[in-house]
Amino acid sequence: MGEAIVITSGKGGVGKTTAVANLGVGLALLANKVVLVDADIGLRNLDVVMGLENRIVYDLVDVVEGRCRSKQALIRDKRYDLLYLLPAAQTRDKSAVSPEQMKKLCEELKAEFDFVLVDCPAGIEQGFRNAIAGADRALIVTTPEVSAVRDADRIIGLLEAAGLSGARLIINRIRPDMVRRGDMMDIDDILEILAIDLIGIIPDDERIIVSTNRGEPVVAADNALSGQAFRNIVRRLLGEEVPFQDIYRQSSWFGRLKKIIGLGG
Amino acid sequence: MNIRALLNILTGRQDSKDIAKERLRLVLVHDRTAISPEFLERIKEEVIQVISKYMEIDETNTRIKIHRADEMAVLEANLAIKAIHRNI
Repeated sequence: MGEAIVITSGKGGVGKTTAVANLGVGLALLANKVVLVDADIGLRNLDVVMGLENRIVYDLVDVVEGRCRSKQALIRDKRYDLLYLLPAAQTRDKSAVSPEQMKKLCEELKAEFDFVLVDCPAGIEQGFRNAIAGADRALIVTTPEVSAVRDADRIIGLLEAAGLSGARLIINRIRPDMVRRGDMMDIDDILEILAIDLIGIIPDDERIIVSTNRGEPVVAADNALSGQAFRNIVRRLLGEEVPFQDIYRQSSWFGRLKKIIGLGG
Repeated sequence: MNIRALLNILTGRQDSKDIAKERLRLVLVHDRTAISPEFLERIKEEVIQVISKYMEIDETNTRIKIHRADEMAVLEANLAIKAIHRNI
């Protein structure tokens, strides 16, 4: 029996879909059978982030409405043996699915997969309630901005009210240079305010944009800082204790200078 | 404490991240007080239960609410006492 994990945020555009794609690929690379479920009905995007947009035949709404079996709607990612995508419907809206149906679908998928990762739409309305209905755990994505942290706080409250406590936080798009200047909230500032467990820090990285352009999640790129960050989250999801990267040291000119003159790495 | 923090103290300048943090703190105090009536009703019932161990409460004249003070939220409960148990 697998586990269903919902990735949510409240605010849009903070990197939920990118996180789902990368965590899914990362888990599959470590020999886990994974299905990614795009619960953003009407605004599907996980398919393009994964580079699988040309292979969609059936979608999530077809499955819940019984037009096909769930196996027929699953797209197997040919690059990663154990990775599958269940795309959202693009021409329907959130009310096409109910929380009960999503719960049933997640149960069905959990029987088949080690991990069911659900990409939650932005907002706190029905799409959100659908996405969390079948989840065993939740990850919340935020960025170091007032609006994103505020929405994350609201989501934490709603998740707890729905009985999903113990959500863990991913802080995305940290810019070490701005944090050093005092122009961006630091990890500690955000954790102090939200009072939840951290599961990962993703540095702001151009490589994510490049990899999304290509439809190839950055987690598979060995030398990308953001890819490393996602790989660390994957290992933490699997229960490993992984120390947090020192993103400040790695990117500071002083750190680089020290490396160049051999004072340590 | 680093050089920047020291400079800020000397110049009276505030880092924008500290402004962000302070604004967030305030806005969340307000957001978090938006508690549903059902939830408040549950708190009320439990408060009455606890207080009833010590005194007799007139439940119909009990009000419980959350309101906002400057920098915090305040839970205010008004309970009308009918009688106080003698042997406490």
